Amino acid sequence: MHQVVIANRLTDGIVVFLGREQEWLEGLEGCQPAQDTAQAEALLARGTEAEAEQFVVGPELIEVELREGILVPVKMREAMRSRGPSVRTDLGKQAEN
Amino acid sequence: MYQYDEFDADFVEQRAVQFGRQVEDRLAGKITEEQFRPLRLMNGLYLQLHAYMLRINVPYGCLNSTQMRKLAHIARVFDKGYGHLTTRQNMQFNWIKLSDMPAILLELASVEMHGIQSSGNCIRNITADEYAGASADEIEDPRVYCEILRQWSSLHPEFSFLPRKFKIAVSGSDRDRAAIKAHDIGLRLHKNEAGEAGFEVFVGGGLGRTPFIGQSIRAFLPTQHVLSYCEAILRVYNQLGRRDNKYKARIKILVHEMGGEAFGEKVEKEWAEIRETALELPESETARVGGFFAPPPHEKLDDDDSDLAGHMAGDPDFATWVEQQTARHREPGYAIVNVSCSPVGKPPGDISAAQMDGFADLADAYNFGEMRVTHNQNLVLTDVRKKDLFALWQKLVTLGLATANHGLISDTICCPGLDYCALANARSIPLAEKLSERFADQNKQKDIGEVYLNMSGCINACGHHHIGNIGIVGVDKKNSELYQLMLGGSAEEDASLGKILGRGFDEDGIVDAVELVIDTYIELREAGEKFIDTYRRVGPDPFKEKVYSAPA
Repeated sequence: MHQVVIANRLTDGIVVFLGREQEWLEGLEGCQPAQDTAQAEALLARGTEAEAEQFVVGPELIEVELREGILVPVKMREAMRSRGPSVRTDLGKQAEN
Repeated sequence: MYQYDEFDADFVEQRAVQFGRQVEDRLAGKITEEQFRPLRLMNGLYLQLHAYMLRINVPYGCLNSTQMRKLAHIARVFDKGYGHLTTRQNMQFNWIKLSDMPAILLELASVEMHGIQSSGNCIRNITADEYAGASADEIEDPRVYCEILRQWSSLHPEFSFLPRKFKIAVSGSDRDRAAIKAHDIGLRLHKNEAGEAGFEVFVGGGLGRTPFIGQSIRAFLPTQHVLSYCEAILRVYNQLGRRDNKYKARIKILVHEMGGEAFGEKVEKEWAEIRETALELPESETARVGGFFAPPPHEKLDDDDSDLAGHMAGDPDFATWVEQQTARHREPGYAIVNVSCSPVGKPPGDISAAQMDGFADLADAYNFGEMRVTHNQNLVLTDVRKKDLFALWQKLVTLGLATANHGLISDTICCPGLDYCALANARSIPLAEKLSERFADQNKQKDIGEVYLNMSGCINACGHHHIGNIGIVGVDKKNSELYQLMLGGSAEEDASLGKILGRGFDEDGIVDAVELVIDTYIELREAGEKFIDTYRRVGPDPFKEKVYSAPA
């Protein structure tokens, strides 16, 4: 099991991930995935705290995996959120890399 | 078109200022997301996969050029340079920042626009025939009643917290171009034997996870009673509609469970008590609102324009476009022009800021400064002189808005799907793009003829897949996209729901399957028979056989 916390940033709705230094990152690099339930719960607790602090909206745990040394979401929906619309590759995070 | 009076303008501006303060409170952490969510939804602001999405009402699809330029400005300054036309004839933006919302709403208010009631469990934007006021087959202009209903339904205190959302559509001719039978209330203007105009009233239509075609509960409602009768329908629904389960909360479930006749009886009983109240429309009020929709100052012209005939003879692409995209106007020498926003290989309904600005200029030059958004995610110019068609077409070509596919297979209805939408299970736009590429050949499309292809990325059916002649719905099967194919739907006066043909397909498989369906139709059709007619005559079996016997 490898999980990270995903959310939308309050001010602009942009997708963010909870990083290893407990900072919110716009990409998955810099995330330290939880390896077990206890770690996942701790991560989510931090995400929920950030929601209470009105920094993010809708924090949730998602499954990720390492593909060719890069962290990527397992589910299609979160893969889309981590990249941007597949029909507009000039937009979203995919366009910034 | 309708113009705000001082009360309208004041109200919309006040609401913009009010929401601005609510946004400030949210950003300052004074209110939680749980508290804020209903407030933002009441103003049309969703949180989608990548960012906030703002849905802006285009009342019954009518826009003027100033409003379109404002939408272009919002696209350019506050979004990523484009907007998306929706099946409720609205426009939505996909990349809005919450912190920009107060400024955006004030910009919109300055041109008589807003997002109020474009979301939430209330009466949504009322939709209408996009040819209203111009078509040769019109009985009466539906926009007059749409506007009266819009004013009645805006912040109606009794109907602001319905069991679920509520959609009304009005058609003004025998030809249903507004999909009225797929609505919670569908109103069809027609004339009785005495020659008086009235409505046939349909209720309980709707798509989503439990689709139904609306049932007629009254054959003829004199037009002056439209508000009291709609109020009676909403009252019965508001009292008896289910609030325990959001999937069973739409009026269609209530009508289905009670039966149309029993539901109609309850409405009639309620109506008997309120029909003689202030809700009865005085002729003076109908005439006052009707004044806003008076025809533009048409010139007296011959219906046949020699310049047009010459240009058509000299330019086959132009001739194809005229034949495909124009419809008969009631005034001699004028045409209704359908402008496709579903170009081959591109997302249906997307329109760039440059196209919006360019189109606003064309509306000013050739269409008295007005335009329409259609529920098929396209645009319409309703009053173009035939002598101007060639110049208009040349400019549309430059803008990338001259695709000649109106009513053809590449003119799809398509929801945003998993590329944008938080509810979706599968992508839908890539399918629309691939299918329009597969059938891109103009002669092939023309030979196939009229066929409506609709697709959605989940069972919520924003892409109207149940009422496409060919419908596609995406589902998530073990983290891969699977597409189900349905045939036999119709959104028109002969409305019907499509039926699933068989097992689903992957993305490439569904494109092949649609082609096999079309091949089968071409083999089986009789002279002059449209796709839907052939399907209804032969049934699903020949299609099933062809689609599922093909080598994988």
